[in-house]
This record gives sequence, structure tokens and C-alpha cells, in this order.
Amino acid sequence: MRNRNHRRYTRREFLRNLSLTAVAGASLPILSSCSKEESEDFLQNHFREMTPEEKKRVIAKLEERYLQKYGRKFQISTQEAVPDTFWAYGLELSRCIGCRRCVYACVKENNHSRHDPQLQWIRVLRLKRGNLINLENSEHYYNPDLVPEKGFIYLPVQCQQCQEPPCVKVCPVHATWQEPDGIVVVDYNWCIGCRYCIAACPYKGRVFNWAEPNIPKEEINPSVHYLGNRPRMKCAVEKCTFCIQRVRQGRYPACVEACPTGTRKFGNLLDLNSEMRYIIDRKRVFRLKEDLGTEPKFYYFFEA
Amino acid sequence: MEKFRETLNETWHFYRRTLTLVAKGSKLYYAWCFSLLAIIVVGFLFYLKQHDVGLIATNMNDQVSWGLYIANFTYLVGTAAAAVLLVIPSYVYHFKPIKEIVVLGELFAASSIVMAILFVMVDLGRLDRFWHMIPFIGLMNFPQSLLAWDVLALNGYLFLNLLIPIYLLVKFYYRKEPNWKFILPFILLSIPMAVAIHTVTAFLYNGLPARPFWNASILAPRFLASAFCSGPAIIIIIFQIIRKVSTSKIEIEDEALFKISELIAYAMFLNLFLLSAEIFKEYYSQTVHIASFKYLFEGLHGHKQLVPWIWAAMTMNVTAFIIFLIPQTRKRITTLNLGCLLIIIGVWIEKGPGFVIPGFVPDPLGEIVQYLPNLLELMVSFGIWATGLLIFTLLMKVAIPIETGKFTHTQYEKEVIVSRPY
Repeated sequence: MRNRNHRRYTRREFLRNLSLTAVAGASLPILSSCSKEESEDFLQNHFREMTPEEKKRVIAKLEERYLQKYGRKFQISTQEAVPDTFWAYGLELSRCIGCRRCVYACVKENNHSRHDPQLQWIRVLRLKRGNLINLENSEHYYNPDLVPEKGFIYLPVQCQQCQEPPCVKVCPVHATWQEPDGIVVVDYNWCIGCRYCIAACPYKGRVFNWAEPNIPKEEINPSVHYLGNRPRMKCAVEKCTFCIQRVRQGRYPACVEACPTGTRKFGNLLDLNSEMRYIIDRKRVFRLKEDLGTEPKFYYFFEA
Repeated sequence: MEKFRETLNETWHFYRRTLTLVAKGSKLYYAWCFSLLAIIVVGFLFYLKQHDVGLIATNMNDQVSWGLYIANFTYLVGTAAAAVLLVIPSYVYHFKPIKEIVVLGELFAASSIVMAILFVMVDLGRLDRFWHMIPFIGLMNFPQSLLAWDVLALNGYLFLNLLIPIYLLVKFYYRKEPNWKFILPFILLSIPMAVAIHTVTAFLYNGLPARPFWNASILAPRFLASAFCSGPAIIIIIFQIIRKVSTSKIEIEDEALFKISELIAYAMFLNLFLLSAEIFKEYYSQTVHIASFKYLFEGLHGHKQLVPWIWAAMTMNVTAFIIFLIPQTRKRITTLNLGCLLIIIGVWIEKGPGFVIPGFVPDPLGEIVQYLPNLLELMVSFGIWATGLLIFTLLMKVAIPIETGKFTHTQYEKEVIVSRPY
């Protein structure tokens, strides 16, 4: 009898120990593989739910962290949309020569990961003359010695800043939204990395940090916006923000400034005298995949 | 207070006896459980690596941004929904042979849902932010995001498929008549919920105009039809295994299996019909939207990775359909099992990788990037399947002895088994 009791005890003990070890064994390695930053940020609130004090604290934390990591003092802005602005973009297809200077300017300005993974917000597609809408025959990785090439046209594509953005609609946690000035932004600290928005975007406007981003210290741009070009983190999604850090301070997006042919235009739709209003009124504009009802604020146009 | 203490005592007693029951078993049982545990541990170690370096450890990329994990998720939501094929004949039509096993089917659905949820969890880049999706605690985008709908539907269905069988089993354990007024509404609710989880999962893909391959309104019916093939096929196989290895002689009649297989025949017919309707539309109209279909069925610009897979799946599904259509082959255990295996694999290819990957090829800007899962994705997936099987095994280890009257409250242990309480 005593023997049986004894055996029963050990079995229960064994079971209890087994289950405890299983739980601890499962959670410990996951927890320990979380970085210090990840555990610090664990309870951080959604950006739009933060009080001004909370925002200040978060900015201070980030400034400290970036100083450690990149050895530079960062200016992290949380500047809100400027009243009476609603941004739109123009791209004159007949001028683009496919040099990709916009791509490089964007990478530098917006602190993209340079390798493993290499991310870009602008893609320039090369199309055989005679094609425009069916992109299936487009070449994304053309690499000639000289552009433009005979017989080809170039179609740069980036986030089209839709008025009816499918990415915002599908995000399960409100990690992405449209700002009052029309810019669709991401709270990189709220994104859960489900990549539903990538599946939903018809323009491939979103890219994913498949690993921790790699930005060389000497190439970092320390003038950043919280919802824009601040250095991102592993497994969060990101996208073009029309250079939110620049346009809210009255400057052009980096790609507009970098373009050597004047292909790229930018302006405020609410300002009747803006460049964009002029283009929409006088040129022949169209938008990519208008049939999907996404209402992009990115206008392609031809001369006259 | 006294009563509460008694209930607490009883619960503890039941829990302890359950644990003892689970911990004891034949050599085969131990071997099975420990090999599953070994697979789980290996899968978990691979997952740790992914959690550490990020999803770059997988073969997914900006072009094909969902892969094997989401493919498995889609398939498993389907198998879970299939429990409804047992619930309707038993609770609504009181078909006796199935009524005997319906509880096992519900526990199978619960295990499938657990696997489906795990597949979503490993696919999340930021597991640490999972709480952002929890209603009231996080910031759920409901009712706009179909993913939010899916989280609610899946968890609701999981709750129902745990509540119903556990309630009934506990009642059997005490030899008490279940309070049908209490549980029947839940049972009836589980029928539309089964349809709902799979419809919502279909809508999750369906609502994306960016992906013409998924943006077809036939998708939800197709999902349901294929689910009612694969789920019951797995159930037929599992029931035969239980019948063989269970020591407590549970009665699973051939009649029940044949009935289920008849339902599979109807479902497979619908599945093939809906698929051919879609293929006709794409191939006859030949618009640009045919690209993904071409990639899947014949290859696109020389990229043919999925072609052998989908044709293998088509062959398996059609063969299985013929087997289940003819009563002689349907009612012979060997051909029945062959048909089930063909369906399990065929449907997995068709609505797993054969459905998810072509949605991304070509991508919205016309780029073609091929995707095959790497070793890590395979191992993590095996780990999750093993987790589901282990959960199901342990549930069966308790449920079957209760069903057969072998495992009851000590007070009744010496009594002769009376008739089934329901």
C-alpha cells in the first residue's frame, strides 16, 4: 500500500514538473531572444493614443537609443499635418529616362536598410514601347550602361497615397492610417508583421523588414519624423510617406529634388495656385489601376 | 459555500484522474507521444531561430509575402469546419452511428483550430505585439479588417468546440443527463459558425482587388466544398486508427464511415464543379487576370514550379471522386482509405500552396518570383502538426474511456453501463 502511494506521488510530481518545464522551456527562450529594445517597447501605446507627455518620453527614449546605435544626435519630429494641405504627386512619363536617381535619393533620405534586406520604396519599371497598362512584361532589374534605352519607356511606381487605401482597410490593428494631409503612414511600433497590407496593395507600395535593418553609420540621416524616416526595426512594414519629414516643413520630397529631368512634381491640392492643380487642369493625367477604385493621389501625365 | 467547495473538490478530483489517465498507456502510446514531442521540440528550436533573426529565415519575400504557414492555416480552417458534417447528421437528423462519434469529431475540430491559430502566430513577424490584436486590450480594426473577423471567428469556434464536447463528456462521466436546454443552442450555433470560419477565411483573400486570382466570388463556396472533402477524409482515417488502437473498445461502425464518405462524394463533386467553372471563365475570356492560373496550371514565361504539383492534386481529387462515387469502392475499407489519402493530399495541395502562392505570382507590378518553403518553414510546420496531433491524442485518451463508460466517477465504477445519456 505504501508503495503504491509512493508511486502515485512521483507520477503526479513528474507530471507537474513536466508541464512546468514545458511552459518555462517554451517561454524562456522566446523571451530571452527578445532584445532589450523589444522588451522596453513591449507596452508602448499606439502613436495616436499617446498623450503629449508619452510622446515626449518615447522621443527621448528613441533619441538616446539612436545616439547609442549610430553615434549621431537625431532630430525626431512628431509634427502634425499642416492645416489646409492635401498632398498630391505628379509624374511626367514622357520625361523619365529611367536613371533611378530618385531611388537612390529616397534610400538615403529615408534611412532604408541597405542590404539583407535591401529595401526601396520606389521601383522603376522598364516597358517596351507599345505597353503601359499590362505590367506583366515589365522589367524591374534593367541594368544598361546608359539610359534612356532605345525602344523603352520607364514607369516609376511607389506608394500612390490612395484616398481609399486598401492597406489601411485590411490592417487588423490600425497600425496604418491616413493623416489629415492625405499621407498614409505606419506606426512601426504598432505593426504586428502580418503582411496583410502587402497582399492588399495593388501598387507594391509596401515593403517589409524581413530582418533587422542595416544602415551604415556614416550614411544615416538624423533629421527624421516619427511616422516617416526614423530607423525602423525587424519585421515591421514600411512605405513611402511623400517624405513626411520634409513636406510638413515646406520642402519637396527627396525624389522630386533628385530628379535630373524635372519628371517629378509635387503640390498641395487645396492650393488653387499649386503646381499640382496646374497639372491636373492643363495636362492629360491618369492614375495607375484607376479601375480598382483606390483613388490614388499620384498622377501620371504626358506633355500637353 | 459548502457546495462551492464540493464542486471545487470534484473538479480537482476529475482533473487529477484525467492526468493519471493521460500519463498511463501502452508502449505504443508512449512511443507515439514521445515521437510527437520530439518533432515539436525540433520545430520549436527552428522557430526560435526565426524569432531571433526575423522572417528572413524563411523563403518568403516582398513578392511572395505569405507562404507555407498561411497555406497550412487555410487548409486547417477547412478541416476544422468539417466537423459540421458530423454535427448535422447526429444532432439534427439523429443518425445513430454518427451520433456515437460526434464528440470525437468536435474535439478534432478543436485540435485543427489550435493548429490553424499556431500557424498564424508563427507567421506574425512580431509575436511580441500579438496583444495589439486582442479586443479591448489592443486596437482591433473591427469590422473593417477581415483578419480581425477571422481572429474572432476562429476563437469563437474553438470555444464552442471545446465547450460542447467537454460539457457532454463531463456529464457522461457523472452519468447524468445533459441539460439539453443549455447545450443545444451552442450545438446549433456551432453549425453556422463552422460555415462562418471558412467563409471569413475565404473573404480574407477574396476582398483584395489587388490579387485577381483570389478576387473571385466563387472562392467562399469553393473553400467550403473542398473543406467538406478534406476534413471528413481525415476523420475517417482517424476513426479507424482509434478503433484499432484504443483499448476501451469504442464502437465506431462501418456504417458511420460509409455515410461520411457518401457526403465526401457530394462535396468533391461540388469542389470539382466550382473549380472547373472558374477555369472556364479564365480560359475562355483570356484577360490579363489569367496570368496566375497560367502560372499554376501550365507555367508562366518559363516558370513552372507549381505545375507538377497542381496536376498531381487534380489527378488525386478526380480519382478520389470516382472512388467515392461508386458504392462498391466507397464501401470497401481498402479503397475507402485510398480515396481518403488521395483527398487529404490532393486538397492540401489545391487549397494550401496551390491557392496561396499563385495569388502572389505574378505580383501586382508583373514581377515573377518563385517561392518554395525552406527547411526551417518545413520543420516549424511539422512541429505545429505534431502539436495538433498530440493535443488530439491526449483528448482522445480521456474522451474515449468516458464515451465507452470505462472512465466514470468512482461512485458509478461498479455499475453496469446503462444506456447512453443522450
